[in-house]
Amino acid sequence: MEKWQDQRAWLLVMPVVLLVAFNALIPLMTVVNYSVQDIFDSTHRVFVGTEWFREMLHNDRLHAALLRQFIFSGLVLLIELPLGVAIALTIPRRSGWGTSATLVLVALPLLIPWNVIGTIWVIFLRPDIGLLGHFIDSTLGIHFDYPTVPSQAWLSVMMMEVWHWTPLVVLLAYAGLRSIPDAYYQAASIDGASRWSVFLYIQLPKMRSVLTIAILLRFMDSFLIYTEPFVLTGGGPGDSTTFLSIYLVKMALGQFDVGRAAAFSIIYFLIVLAFSYVFYQVLLRAGRGEAR
Amino acid sequence: MRVTLQNVTKVVRGQTHLYDTTLDLESGSFNVLLGPTQAGKTSLLRLIAGLDRPTTGAVLEDGKDVTAAGVRKRNVAMVYQEFVNYPSFTVYQNIASPLRRAGRLSATEIDAKVRATAEMMRIDPYLGRLPSELSGGQQQRVALARALIKDAPLLLLDEPLVNLDYKLREELRSEIRHIFRDNETTVVYATTEPQEALLFGGNAVVVDAGRVLQHGPALEVYRRPATVRVGEVFSDPPINLVRAHVGPHECRLSPSVAFPVAAHMRELSPGDYRIGVRANHIEVTSRSGDSGAIRATVELAEINGSETYVHARHGDFTLVALLEGVHEFALGAEIDLYLDPARLFVFNGAGDLAAAGRQNDQTAEAR
Amino acid sequence: MARIEFKDIQHSYFAEPSRPKDYALQPMHMAWRDGGAYALLGPSGSGKTTLLNIISGLLRPSGGAVLFDGKNVTDLTPVERNIAQVFQFPVIYDTMTVFDNLAFPLRNRRVPAAEVRARVTEVAEMLELTDDLKRRAAGLAADAKQKVSLGRGLVRSDVAAILFDEPLTVIDPHLKWRLRRKLKEIHKRYKLTLIYVTHDQGEALTFADRVVVMHEGRVLQEGTPQELFEAPQHRFVGYFIGSPGMNFLPCRLSADGAEVAGQHLPLARHLLAQAPAGQALEIGVRPEAIDFAAAGAAGLSVAVRDVEDLGTRKVATCQLGDLKLKVVVPPEQPIPAERGTVTFNAELTRLYADGQLVG
Repeated sequence: MEKWQDQRAWLLVMPVVLLVAFNALIPLMTVVNYSVQDIFDSTHRVFVGTEWFREMLHNDRLHAALLRQFIFSGLVLLIELPLGVAIALTIPRRSGWGTSATLVLVALPLLIPWNVIGTIWVIFLRPDIGLLGHFIDSTLGIHFDYPTVPSQAWLSVMMMEVWHWTPLVVLLAYAGLRSIPDAYYQAASIDGASRWSVFLYIQLPKMRSVLTIAILLRFMDSFLIYTEPFVLTGGGPGDSTTFLSIYLVKMALGQFDVGRAAAFSIIYFLIVLAFSYVFYQVLLRAGRGEAR
Repeated sequence: MRVTLQNVTKVVRGQTHLYDTTLDLESGSFNVLLGPTQAGKTSLLRLIAGLDRPTTGAVLEDGKDVTAAGVRKRNVAMVYQEFVNYPSFTVYQNIASPLRRAGRLSATEIDAKVRATAEMMRIDPYLGRLPSELSGGQQQRVALARALIKDAPLLLLDEPLVNLDYKLREELRSEIRHIFRDNETTVVYATTEPQEALLFGGNAVVVDAGRVLQHGPALEVYRRPATVRVGEVFSDPPINLVRAHVGPHECRLSPSVAFPVAAHMRELSPGDYRIGVRANHIEVTSRSGDSGAIRATVELAEINGSETYVHARHGDFTLVALLEGVHEFALGAEIDLYLDPARLFVFNGAGDLAAAGRQNDQTAEAR
Repeated sequence: MARIEFKDIQHSYFAEPSRPKDYALQPMHMAWRDGGAYALLGPSGSGKTTLLNIISGLLRPSGGAVLFDGKNVTDLTPVERNIAQVFQFPVIYDTMTVFDNLAFPLRNRRVPAAEVRARVTEVAEMLELTDDLKRRAAGLAADAKQKVSLGRGLVRSDVAAILFDEPLTVIDPHLKWRLRRKLKEIHKRYKLTLIYVTHDQGEALTFADRVVVMHEGRVLQEGTPQELFEAPQHRFVGYFIGSPGMNFLPCRLSADGAEVAGQHLPLARHLLAQAPAGQALEIGVRPEAIDFAAAGAAGLSVAVRDVEDLGTRKVATCQLGDLKLKVVVPPEQPIPAERGTVTFNAELTRLYADGQLVG
């Protein structure tokens, strides 16, 4: 249905539009501006055209960071989505104080500031005083020192990430499950459907829109991730956990290579945009095959 | 308020919800929009209310073009299927809200009107309750009261009784009928039930697949449906449609059934037509003037209190008859059905009415 | 196909019910004949859906036992009882085709593929869904979806009973006819026990062999549509069945009849004899059982207030003293304009004492 046009609404929206323009559009323009210049300092700038872009495309370190990023985001989706859905399935569908308490506990990691998350895990994983670190090191007998062992650094980052963000998937999936009318479960029970059939043929299809949101959100967020892994590992050991945004910040702030960094930012932005669009179209098309 | 739609269409994303429609609703009239689901009734109501803008065409109120005016500027009240009430307001506050927002009456005047309207809708004992504490029927009465208190010159109702129990529906229908009998409000009431169109006794606007098929006094449209489709939509139980060949002297339904052409059919040119006969004009006992017997096999017999519905098959068509009284039929039994040739509708090949028979106390007429 | 019995079934949604009001279902005994078509009729909140869910096994009653063919099934699930249920809105598996939807219950029971195919094709033909078998179920119209829901119950050849919870709610009025007819055909062909919950008395009376009228958790009457129509046991049954419902006129008994609104009405002798003393008495007479008499004939004098022309019949609302009286007449019959005389069909005039039928 087309909504009635009420011109007054534009006036109300104007302040927000101005704010967004100021905070987002103008910096974006600035970045585009820098990306075609070589900047030595505020007075010495040289127009270099697309040189930075060409260099970025051949930059080995960038390729490595990009690969690491894809592996990371891929693992995130592979682990968090099934895990989140599985946890949501175990939470009772009825309202009650037990359900509410469970949801609050599950959501707690989402409320913690991201750098604090990093700090929590730094301590948690220390082989001398950290609960988990010490457990692995002494009780399990495995030498655990993640700042120096790349595989352990990856494991630590993954553990932290899953712990932090799976609750979001749980909450979304739970909302989706709650909206399924009881009659479907009753009909399935009458048809003699197994628990697995109920999941496959009723719950999963009905959660489609909610899972679409979950996939998009988790992909975009994980692709842009910075704070938590930076606090935990600093990108190390060496380059092993340097994801795209960490590399970008190193380049822009560490080396103050603003022009290169600006070009990199734009490429970064376009990659995220392209992937999100593809994901969205695929899921939308699959969803449209079904009825109203 | 006189409402006029001029050549109004509504196209949404390439799909036409309403084809070129021109409709004139007189001030103070009670109009029933009758049609199956997805026919375009709700689209039409929304255009009249001002909730949607027509793709082309104009909406006039008392001759003034209001197509560009939003619903807030038009003086209209609307009642929905889903018992829409403000959930956090009590019944009293719900009913008072339109008057309070208009700000024209004093608190004591508002109080008097609220109590009077609540009493008319029989919800005065519940003025202090919240809508969630009321039953479905009571909630819908609150919605109705809130619409009525505005005293708007135009009232729109979109299948307001469809979510209520059968008996509640009956009661509210009578009440609505009485409220609007001598009222000056122009009412537009959308429904899928032909019974309601006849019961309210106003005009019927038959809508199907985005088009207005016929518009006129309900009983008129019922007795003289302009097309086969109108006959189908405006029937409960369904109208019987049979192909027949009309000759100069006889009308033949099948190799074994033919009867003399009745007065209203004499002017028809010979050819193939479709005969329409309503279920309650078929009998199992012959009366003088009836056509010969149609021997049919009973496929189904349903007893509904003091009436019987019989579905019986003859050759390649099935007739549904509504018989008075309780008749027991065994399935597969052979019975004789009689119809009065003077009562038949005749539709030509294009589906338009060519002749209409005597309907109740009318005299025969032909087109 | 099974004979279903209720022994002292009662149900409350509260943990500690103390008053009758806490019970959704008052204690009751009932027997449902094998192969019968029953309708559970009543307004919202009468307990009919609760009753249906107890039969199907989706709800465990707080007291009493459910028996199928003499066997106690109270603890069994719907699958174990071999019940099929059709809900108010169509419940189908969106991702499957119509064929797979219909085959689902059979496949869950490991029925061989050849038999599945045979059964599904047979049921699809019965329901006129053969052309849609390859389509995705989610793309069908509402009445076709309901047929698929129904089909899932029919494919199981040994199904004990099929239960319907107001299944025609989302269907267009002119399609309701077709579905109702389909249900009757199915009943005739498969001789299944069908139990149908509805609040629409027209639907109940046309569908069922026997109708169970419920109100506030109690069964008020069980009988054929004709019995319920002509001899309602309880005032509520008289009111709820029939459109419009039965007229109830408070009266006092006199020597050879009753006094209604100051006028005399002759009554059958056996009614006068059986009428209990000291209770509020009412005459119950259906609008269809009242006729307008010729001018000057004997009868009750009424004022005619309103006439509704419904095409197939006319309903006149009359006033008898300060009592309201509705009369149904065939569309042909003329109705007097201001005042008229009405007569009651003596065989169909009933007497009610405190809401209960006398005699």
